Order: sequence, then C-alpha cells, then structure tokens
Amino acid sequence: MRVRFSVNDREQVADDVWEGESLLFVLRERLGLPGAKNACEQGECGSCTVYLDGVPVCACLVAAGQAQGREVRTVEGLASADGLAPVQQAFAECGAVQCGFCTPGLLVQADDLITRVPDPSDAEIREALAGNLCRCTGYEKILEAVRRAAELKAAGR
Amino acid sequence: MTTVPVSAAKDVVAPGRGGVGDSVLRPDGTLKVTGEFAYASDLWIDGMLFGVTLRSPHARARIRSIDVGPALAVPGVEAVLTHEDVPGRKVYGLEHADQPVLAIGEVRHQGEPIALVAADHPETARHAAEQIRVGWEVLEPITDARAVIADPDSLRVQDRGGIARHQPVRVGDMVAARARAEVVVSGDFSVGIQDQAFLGPESGLAVPGEDGGIDLFVATQWLHNDLRQIAPCLGLPDEKVRMTLAGVGGAFGGREDLSMQIHAGMLALRTGRPVKIVYNRYESFFGHVHRHPALMRYEYGATRDGRILYADAEIVLDGGAYTSSTLAVVANAASLGLGPYEIPNIEIDAYGVYTNNPPCGAMRGFGAVQACFAYESMMDRLGEACGVGPVEIRRINAVGQGSKLATGQVIDSPAPLADMLTRLEAMPLPAPPDTADLRNLPGGVSQTTHGEGVARGVGYGVGIKNICFSEGFDDYSTARVRLEVVGGEATAVVHTAAAEVGQGLVTLQAQIARTELGVDRVVIQPADNGVGDAGSSSASRQSYMTGGAVKAACEAVRADVLALARERLGGTYEDLSLIGGKVVSASAGALAEIADVLGDRVVEQTREYHHRPTVAMDPVTGQGDTHVQLALCVHRAVVDVDVELGLVKVVELAAVQDVGKIMNRLSLEGQIHGGSAQGLGLALMEEIVVQDGLVRNPSFTDYLIPTILDMPPMRLDILESPDPAAPYGLRGAGEPPTLSSTPAIVAAVRDATGRALTRVPIRPEHICR
Repeated sequence: MRVRFSVNDREQVADDVWEGESLLFVLRERLGLPGAKNACEQGECGSCTVYLDGVPVCACLVAAGQAQGREVRTVEGLASADGLAPVQQAFAECGAVQCGFCTPGLLVQADDLITRVPDPSDAEIREALAGNLCRCTGYEKILEAVRRAAELKAAGR
Repeated sequence: MTTVPVSAAKDVVAPGRGGVGDSVLRPDGTLKVTGEFAYASDLWIDGMLFGVTLRSPHARARIRSIDVGPALAVPGVEAVLTHEDVPGRKVYGLEHADQPVLAIGEVRHQGEPIALVAADHPETARHAAEQIRVGWEVLEPITDARAVIADPDSLRVQDRGGIARHQPVRVGDMVAARARAEVVVSGDFSVGIQDQAFLGPESGLAVPGEDGGIDLFVATQWLHNDLRQIAPCLGLPDEKVRMTLAGVGGAFGGREDLSMQIHAGMLALRTGRPVKIVYNRYESFFGHVHRHPALMRYEYGATRDGRILYADAEIVLDGGAYTSSTLAVVANAASLGLGPYEIPNIEIDAYGVYTNNPPCGAMRGFGAVQACFAYESMMDRLGEACGVGPVEIRRINAVGQGSKLATGQVIDSPAPLADMLTRLEAMPLPAPPDTADLRNLPGGVSQTTHGEGVARGVGYGVGIKNICFSEGFDDYSTARVRLEVVGGEATAVVHTAAAEVGQGLVTLQAQIARTELGVDRVVIQPADNGVGDAGSSSASRQSYMTGGAVKAACEAVRADVLALARERLGGTYEDLSLIGGKVVSASAGALAEIADVLGDRVVEQTREYHHRPTVAMDPVTGQGDTHVQLALCVHRAVVDVDVELGLVKVVELAAVQDVGKIMNRLSLEGQIHGGSAQGLGLALMEEIVVQDGLVRNPSFTDYLIPTILDMPPMRLDILESPDPAAPYGLRGAGEPPTLSSTPAIVAAVRDATGRALTRVPIRPEHICR
C-alpha cells in the first residue's frame, strides 16, 4: 500500500508498504529517518517515541497506515533554524547522553512535558519519563537536563 | 574497493577546549541529540538484504534432519545456510573455540543458532526461517550446577567435560583458625541471571568486497578479538576482513562475545550482496551471554570483637553450554571472593560449570558482583553476631595500602577503605517519607494503602574490582596520533581501535590530546582494524589502557614537534612545552605558534601501551600477583519497604568511590549513577527466569530494568588517591559502583523487614512470607 503523511513539516510518501509494517519501520527503513530507535519494538522502552499530531506515541506500536494524512515529528525535527531545541541543548550539556540510544525518545517525551508543564517538579518529570528506559545514566543527569531544558525554554531559547 | 554504507561512522570532530580533569562535553553529543548519530541498526546501503537466524526452541536436543527447501522456495529469499555452509572453522569462542557458528547435529541451549536466511525484507526472511523443518530428538537438559560438580563425568554438556574451571584458594591454617574462633557465622546465598539489557540491539552490516574479502560494520566491544574469531570461520585471512565500529547502543559486557558477525559475513559472501542483521529484543535475550547465576556457601570465624580469623567459601557459577569468558569470571570470583577485607586463613573453591541453562559470560562487574553480594551479606551477619554495627565491622576488617588480598597480592597503591566508610556514614540521611503523597510510597501511585505497613531501612555495601585483564594477560592498547595544520589551525587526529560504547572514551581521548599537545582542535577517527589492537572496552580498562596509549603517542608526537621547534628557533631550549597552540619556553615564554612550526609537515606516531605484567592464580593455592589494579566503591542505601505488600522503594543511594584521578567529572558521575542503577536492578527486579533450561521472560515486559521511578537521587563523594603506576594516577571507574549498590540495598531491606534475604533479586514473597 501507499502511505502519505507529513514528517517534520515535509510531505512524505512511502510505497509498497506491507500492511504489518509499523510507523517506526517506515520512518527508519523507507524514509531514511533512523532517529527514532528500535530498542524493544513492543512499546516497553520508549526509545521510538515520536509526536503523532502533537501527541507522543511509541512509533513501534503505530501501524504505518494509521499515520495516513497525519503529522509526525521525530527527533530529527526538534531543532529549528535557530539551533537545537532546549531539550536537545540541555541533554548534551548536562551529561544526560551516554550511549544515546534512549535519547531520541526521551527528548520527544521531555519536550512534550516542558511544553505542557513549563516548570515541572521532579515528581512530574519522573512520572512523565517513566515509560522511557535508559540503561546507561541511572537517570540522574536526565532529571537535571529536563530541569535545565525547562529553564532554557522559559528564557525563550 | 570498499563501498561504504551511507551511515558509516565518520570522524568525530572535537573543536572545543578542555583537557584532562575538565568536565568536557561529549564530542558526539550533538549528533546523538539530533538523531544523526549512526548506530549499527541504522546502517543502510543500496541493495542490501536482511538476515535472520533460526534458533533452537529446546535447551538440549539432537538434530536428526534439517530441510531448508521450503524456506528457499519463499519468493524474495536469496540464501538459506546451515553449518555445512560455514566456509572455514565451524567453531569459535573467546577463550576456547567450543561454540558452533551454526549447530552441528546437536543444540546445547535454547536459542542456539541453527540456520540463516537472507531475503529482501526482514519479514520475508523471518517467515522463511519459520518454514525450515528441523527433525528433533529432545533430550533431558542438564540444569543443576551443583549436580554437575558432584558428577562432572556423566553430566557432560559438551566435550570439554562438566567443569570449565575449578579455582581453589588456600591460605594459612584453617584447622588452627577454626579452633580459635569465638564467633562463627554462615550462610547460603544465590544470585539470579542478570541481563546486560543494552538498548541498542545486536546489529551490523556485512558488505562483500571486490577482493573476495568482507567489510564488517558492527557494534562490538573489541574489534580485534572479533576479527580473530571471525576470519578463520569465514575462511579468510585477517587482512581480508575489514572491521569498522558502528555506533554502539550500550554494551556492559554483552558485546564481548560474537553475535551476528560471522552470520552476516557468511550470508554476504554467499549472496555477493550486503547483508544487514538486526536482532529484535526477543532475539537479543538469546543473542548474547548473561551474568553467571551463582550458588554460594560461606562460613566465617572471628574473634568476639569482630576480627575475621578465617573464611571458608564455595562459589558455583553456571556458565551454560559454552566456555565464553567463564574461566576469567571464575578467577575473579575466587580472587575477590572475600572482598576488601584482611583475612589470614582462607579456603575458597570457585567453580564454573557447563549446563544447558542460558550461556553466561561477561557483564559489568564480571565475577566480582556475585561474590560481593555474599561477602557483604556475611559482613552484616558477622556484625550482628558480634554486636558491632555494619560500618564498624567493615572498618575493623578493612584492607588498606600494604594489605594482602586472598591471592597473597599486596595492595601497593592507596586503598582508603576505612576512610571511605567514615565519609559515607557521615553523609546526611534523607528526610522521613512524606506519606501524604502516594508517589513517595513503595509502589507509587499503585499503592492501595496509606503507608501503614511502610518501614524504613538503611544498609551498607562495599566492593572491590580488578581493573584491566588479569592473570598474565597482556591486554595492551595502541594509538596513532597525528598533528597537522588544518584550515590554519594545529589539529590532533587520534586513531585507535577502541570501542566507544557510551562510556565517553571519545571525550577522554580528545581531552588527553589537548593536554599533551596544547591544541584545541582534535579529530577522533572511527575505530577500525586499520590500526593496532586496543583491547576490549571492558574490565573498566579503556581510560587506563587506551588513555595510556593516546598519552604515549601524544608524547612521542610532542617530542618530534619540539625538535622541529628547536631547529627553527635556533636556540638550545631545554624547557619547551606545547600550551595553548604555542611552543612555550618555561624561561622565555611563548616562542612560536605550533601551526607555524609544523607548516605543511605532518607529525605522526603510533604507540602501544602495556600495563605491568601479572601472573595466573596458582592452580592449587590460588596465590599470585594476578591483578593490575584494584578499585573500591562503597554504598549506603536508604529504603522504604511496605512489609505487607512486599514493595520496595529505594529512597536514596549514597556512594564514595576512589578513582585516583577525576579525568572528567561529568562523565564519571554518569558512570557511578549508571553502575549503581544496574546494581539496584540486580537487588530488586532483574532476573532472567529459567525453567528446565528455558527462558520464561525474554522481553522488557517481563524482564524489568530500573525506570526513572525506581532510581532514587544519589549523593556522591569522589576521592582522588593517585595510583602511581597508572596514567595520570587514574583508577578504572565503570564497574565498582555496580558491585556495592546491590548488597547495600539488600542490607537496607533486611534492616527494614528483619528478613534474611539470601537471594537476589528480592521478590515480594521473600519480604512478606
């Protein structure tokens, strides 16, 4: 089948998509956007998190056909012409990235949090990121990075 | 000759500032936060096929027949291979080549690879693999490690016999010590199978070369040791197997053994097309070795005031069907089996055995983790029996510089354990739980009570880990460093084969080059086998070994540049150094720009760095100077336990670690946090559950690793007592925190519940029985 949707503000068309393919597979293997990651492919780890019409979803749990006509934003689309998004800058600065495999999903989830909750408490950060596994950092630097990202965003960065 | 995949590793440019000791940011950080960093599973090249592996559903069975015909008939399938198609040697392995590339007539563990399929779509390949017909004769698996020790000749899983290694340690006069003991404590302890659970699945791309060779882009921990195993199996000379590190999504020991490397190579050579293999999470649980499960019996005798007189320990490690790194894991368990305590009389028997349980090998902490849980549990028992507190009983028996380990090896650099414990104890404790907010209670928002059954506990743990490979292994590293002018700026180019797996080695290499060569701009080239061996990214050794090699190569480059400077400057300066992009004389100040001294010349040097020699443990007494360096970490855990529901919340972890020299505090803290989290996982949730040799929970739904809700805030106190033998005085730092956090958390849960808790991970039923 053919699937047509918008990814990071660009119209995309994927042809010969098998009905069982996930949005994650189409992004990674057909559209050349491997930013969203394939750590578990069953919705447990959050590393494939992308925005679908502005709502964070696990791209591995979305059938490609469900994206038809909708808007997807991936980690590749977080930065703007002005530079890195606050979450990206903060994760890089605070040591929240080690192997980095969980990072794309965490960035989308954290970006959503600080958009909804401009000054999140630690409890709110933990709750928001509870579905994103990280095996390297022990999460301390990730908490710090989300606090910092909220500051950067509030300061208009 | 080589076609490079579109997303192959590129130079990492580190244009910034910051040398050794600074909290320099990762040079690949921007790539990783923008989604541009290419991991092994992101590799893509025109015309590539997808490979999949058919694996055994049985723990032990004979293969009567394999019919690949139905798979070959599936449209889109390009190749189906079995052991008959292995071009060269049909077995491989880290320490012994005892593991079949593809099963030959028999399988010895669930998930053992049997056949390979390459097709134009991964689903087509998977579907075709399901069509392969295997005629099985299922056998009763051998799964009881202690039974194997009792009867190793008849309970043989493979040709090598039942026991991979038995390492005794014998010190002093046990009979006399037993007679003198005023207090005797004992215990049986066990550790379940832990998984590395790196997030980036096993993956890589094999591209056939025009010369009949192959280019492999893989996520691994040790390119050269992969090569030593891959080339003979592919029937190729080493120089025709070109290895490049692809982006690694975590490792933790799980990438020391080969996974898809030979398989992708076989499919690429057969089809003449590039082949990519990416495991999914289910397959990943079968695609790599795990941490050895352990059964341990300990007995200590002591004086009434708590001084240990003797220790008697049996440690049984189940390695599964193949040797992997079991021999070295046994050595660590034996040599570090009693921890960093002075004990004059010792009898240890450590065993690694073959069974049909899941194969086990390297994981962060490597043989020292399992014993640490037992010996720290014993220290708490001893303290209780003597009426001495947990910190004091450890201080009484603590090693220091000059103390002997169980192996007789004298600790010849600082080991300030007693001081570390004092500092740990002095750290402030967290506030009592605020039970008004459910999120603060064990179980969080799923709590069904108002905290009536919640009790707080505090526990301590101590661990000691060897750094670098032990027992006579010369695990050297090699670095090639070049200094040249690029765009008017003096630039250091660093090339090694060392695997960046997330730990920050690329950052550290740039820091060292800046410090030694006085330049800002450093380029880290992709790790490949176009340069000499760097050894493994394991045993907490890369800062020490590849750090040492980069430092040595930089020093050689610096000497050449200074010679050029002397030539140019005419004088006979003996006090020159390279600082801030300039050639600087201590007496006369800045004399010239490095860029001007270099002109269009390129100065390049390659150096190998070797650590001091060690020896194997004596096969009878276990004695010998077996370790290069030793590292200590201590933890205090504070937990809240719902004793009625069996739920545990770790409220805080505090740690004191001596790292010799803080090379990069930001990276180091990340290592301590992450290592502590993996120890928390082992204490409370992480276990591959096995029944009759079969894994019951191969998914992240059922194999739980700590989330951000499970991991508490941490307090860190990092000490710097330099090791004069090591580069910059540093001490390997990645593994020690993984050891001590587990027993500290278990001790805290014991403190809260009064339960004996002799097994990790702790399950709710252990708490509320």
